[in-house]
Amino acid sequence: MKNITFANSINEAIKVAMSIDKNVICYGLGATDPKGIFGTTVGLEEKFGSERVFDMPTSENAMTGVAIGASISGMKTIMTHQRLDFFLLAMDQIVNSAAKMHYMFNGELNVPLTVRLILGRGWGQGPTHSQNLQSWFAHIPGLKVVMPSSAEDAKGLLLSSIFDPNPVIFLEHRWLHNSSSEVPDGDYRIPLGKAKKIKEGNDFTIVSMSYLTAEALIAAKYLKQFGIEVDLIDLRSIKPLDIDTIVSSLSKTGRILVLDTGASTCSVASDIISKLSTKCFSYFKDSPCILTMPDIPEPTSFELTKGFYIRAADIANEILQKLKIENANPYKDIPEPDPHDIPGEWFKGPF
Amino acid sequence: MDEKDKFKLIHKSMFNLEENQNSEINEDIIKRTYYMLKKIRSVEERIAEEYPYNEIRCPTHLSIGQEGVPAAISTLVNDHDYFVSTHRGHAHYLAKGGDLNKMIAEIYGKTTGCAGGKGGSMHLIDKQKGFMGTSAIVGNSIPLGVGLALSNKLKKKNSISCIFIGDGAIEEGVFYESLNFAVLKNLPVVFICENNLYSVYSPLSVRQPEGRSINLLAKAIGANVAHADGNNVLESRKVLKEIITKIKTCESGPWFIEFDTYRWREHCGYQFDNHLGYRDENEYLAWKKRDPLELFKKNNQVLIDYGKIDKFIESEIEEAFRKSKTDPFPEKSEAYQKLYAE
Ligand SMILES: Cc1ncc(C[n+]2csc(CCOP(=O)(O)OP(=O)(O)O)c2C)c(N)n1
Ligand SMILES: [Mg+2]
Repeated sequence: MKNITFANSINEAIKVAMSIDKNVICYGLGATDPKGIFGTTVGLEEKFGSERVFDMPTSENAMTGVAIGASISGMKTIMTHQRLDFFLLAMDQIVNSAAKMHYMFNGELNVPLTVRLILGRGWGQGPTHSQNLQSWFAHIPGLKVVMPSSAEDAKGLLLSSIFDPNPVIFLEHRWLHNSSSEVPDGDYRIPLGKAKKIKEGNDFTIVSMSYLTAEALIAAKYLKQFGIEVDLIDLRSIKPLDIDTIVSSLSKTGRILVLDTGASTCSVASDIISKLSTKCFSYFKDSPCILTMPDIPEPTSFELTKGFYIRAADIANEILQKLKIENANPYKDIPEPDPHDIPGEWFKGPF
Repeated sequence: MDEKDKFKLIHKSMFNLEENQNSEINEDIIKRTYYMLKKIRSVEERIAEEYPYNEIRCPTHLSIGQEGVPAAISTLVNDHDYFVSTHRGHAHYLAKGGDLNKMIAEIYGKTTGCAGGKGGSMHLIDKQKGFMGTSAIVGNSIPLGVGLALSNKLKKKNSISCIFIGDGAIEEGVFYESLNFAVLKNLPVVFICENNLYSVYSPLSVRQPEGRSINLLAKAIGANVAHADGNNVLESRKVLKEIITKIKTCESGPWFIEFDTYRWREHCGYQFDNHLGYRDENEYLAWKKRDPLELFKKNNQVLIDYGKIDKFIESEIEEAFRKSKTDPFPEKSEAYQKLYAE
């Protein structure tokens, strides 16, 4: 056990995977450059050689297909992109090939491929460098979608993803890379498809993912002073979705708020509410709510992104309103950080 | 057009610079070319100076060291011609006559910016000037440039479309697909590849086979190709002029020109990054010796009063930054507007 950052935890997970299985390979644009994809791939080439760890051409679609080809013939490929947005060029390969092959060939082939995509918000990333498209991937039958929210989960979930026999889209929020937690040593795995209960409470269920779990924790702490105890569930994996854990929480609280870092329409959040409505409508004591990004691209200007992102005050406000608690002023009590577009002082733009 | 002609490779040696220089390059062109060269350099250096103050808050890719090609083409196109460009697009925007104030305001995220603050440094546009946008996604604007050429052809306009790309964009599938279509339809388009040897911190050697030339690759697809020294502004201009004339007179279809050049500062941001070790300091120094601005001045010493032009540029830049810093930010509500066209 040691206290390390999310980025180092990713790095360690890859090292562990490559050490225990010589068929694990790792590549991506910048994977071997001096910055090593925000530190996550630093030292890998030195340790495992340039045959197994390499930089690549700016050819996202082809290199995804190459990864699929390698993976259906015994390799386990970890591919990384510094932005999810760049991976959009590879939709054909990931959707038409990777996601379908096991099914389409009746189990003859399988694709042990992990695609690490970094997503985020802030610091002028703008419309094409900040998209949170987890629901796109979750929509495709055959893909698994994972979104860790802590350093510990990053390692445990990444190792499970690498050794999962299926294609996994592993989404890392850039604002989490510098967060740290105790991380177990060695081959530590967390099963995919199981959510994590971050906090127990009886009054309100919050379901969250990725970076928003950090905001939800701030909100939960704030709500305590009003006697509100939230049941906070971190999804860990978007697909498969651990709906049972959510159902059981709802059966206890009867009230639910689902958070999503992506845009509203067809979001993971709205899907969860839909599933709950058809599965256990009688558990609802009040209408459910979601907090997502608006159906609008993220603008670039510093000023335009003020108040644009979901943060703790929005979460607290939503719950206070639902519980009809007046004379609370979460927006005053939890002011938007200044500057609002960075996760902390460590983050020096542009990346 | 003769098929042989169409596939002909034009070498830089085919352009005999000395012979034609006097008849083609007059004082006015020297002045205007120098103006653009110096303007791009000075604007970019000013951005670099201001960047650390954290008021510019968006990924910004400077063209310092790569001003040669944009300056060379600036006197060869008019507002009816189209440009599309990339993340590293400031120079192309300015070369097309893009409004400096609006570009700086955009970089500062102001409402007076060319994209109202929504786009930032990587999303520049000046439609009136025929500058049809830059993209932050490598290769993204290539087919758009081909589409602009298609539109010009269908409308029987005597205008060209210029697609600026880096050496990295050659690796995207969309490059091949777009060039193939452009050749197929014999479109009035020029692909202008500024080969600066790197994509972020990745040298060509880890991305493309050694010794395989980018322009010959384009030739194999069927484009007319040329290869020139992008830091030699007048040579670049000569190559561009000949090609643009050929396209505009329908003498030839699509062209692909590879220009050798070099970025001085870090890939994204304002600092120098040679200390990271991804490229050799000596390589950088050798390229710096081939500074397009200094080379230009050296070759055209007596012709013009540089000081006067420099002063004018300084005042333009001063004004653009003063204005941009004091211009208002957009209203927050603007973030939610203009998603769809009315
Ligand atoms: C599809 C895609 N992949 C990766 C990136 C990340 N990226 C931004 S700029 C850049 C460099 C591209 O190199 P090149 O085309 O040579 O242009 P240069 O930066 O050298 O001007 C890369 C890889 C991106 N923006 N889009
Ligand atoms: Mg380049």
